[in-house]
Amino acid sequence: MCTTCGCGSDENGTRVIDLKEEHHHHDHHAHDHSHDHDHSHEHGHHHDHSHDHDHHHHHDHDHQHRVIELERDILHQNDLAAARNRGYFEAKKITAINLVSSPGSGKTSFLERTLSDLKSEIDFQVIEGDQQTLNDAKRIEAIQVPVIQINTGKGCHLDGDMVQKALKKLDPKDGSVLMIENVGNLVCPSMFDLGEELRIVIISTTEGDDKPIKYPDMFHGSQVCVINKIDLLPYVNFDVDRAKQYALQLNPEMIFFELSATTGEGMEQWYEYLKKTIKK
Amino acid sequence: MHEMSIVLGIVRIAEDEVKKAKAKKVEVIELIIGNLSGVEKDALDFAWPVAVKETVLEGAKRKVQYIEGEAKCAECDTIFNLNSLYEACPKCNSYFRDILKGKELKVLALEVV
Repeated sequence: MCTTCGCGSDENGTRVIDLKEEHHHHDHHAHDHSHDHDHSHEHGHHHDHSHDHDHHHHHDHDHQHRVIELERDILHQNDLAAARNRGYFEAKKITAINLVSSPGSGKTSFLERTLSDLKSEIDFQVIEGDQQTLNDAKRIEAIQVPVIQINTGKGCHLDGDMVQKALKKLDPKDGSVLMIENVGNLVCPSMFDLGEELRIVIISTTEGDDKPIKYPDMFHGSQVCVINKIDLLPYVNFDVDRAKQYALQLNPEMIFFELSATTGEGMEQWYEYLKKTIKK
Repeated sequence: MHEMSIVLGIVRIAEDEVKKAKAKKVEVIELIIGNLSGVEKDALDFAWPVAVKETVLEGAKRKVQYIEGEAKCAECDTIFNLNSLYEACPKCNSYFRDILKGKELKVLALEVV
């Protein structure tokens, strides 16, 4: 954790960034890094010390083996954070939507279009997840929708804890719709519940139509599948029916929207669905 | 590579338990990993040594029990092996099924000293 301003910066180098505070971040982040280095060096030293210590003291009486039966879920910690988020959303009547896809499927364009078209009717808030850069947050800020960027550093997905930290900065309004754009990755985010109401997986016609069965976990855990870039269908070898068929093998109740975030075709149906989904 | 986060989760559990038991380190850790849990064995093996370095799990022996996927068809109640999430019921071809086994991802037990 960055002690100067309290921005989140974990073992993996995660940062939770509010664009409004961005300038002062830039100023001190270089020395942040060197701090981290110092820390890990010290750690090494401490460990050596305690090892020696232990050996002298406990050799005789503390050497018995004990078996601890646990049966603890490894994702327990994340599930707890997700449950906390879910309670928070419930209390504030916030509809949280987790957007997942591979990089380049048009997640951010889809989000931009949705926000621009509906922001006069719906209070939106956005959490952007990427390994690096503030580019996506800047795109959302340009539409004048409140946004927090999470840079996961080496991490390949958002988790419940990161969203919780972002929520503290974002302080979303009661009754709003929270769009969480996950890191572009169809594998890792599938295992991490964020506490969302709905997970939407986006694929585009410039990808293979067998994406669903190549990344089954993600489609298995999503309730809505958006097929984006349908304006490009005449030029690509993408079979919409086949893609849907595959997705239905993973979730027989999947709801589909075929649309183009660029031309706006098909967006109306998605908007109708979104409005119906919002918590009352 | 979410396996890194998975191993870090395991480390967290082990650190907590070792502290509670007033022990010093883990000798043996037993894990249960379902074949449908989304964790790749190779990726886990790769992440393990890096993630456990300088923790109570460094040098611990790892025993992993892999669980085969099993599902029950929601249409005809057939129970069948599910090797991947996109397989249909072998009897009636339905994709409506409840997963009974294979999603497990657990620390079963720790042997501490």
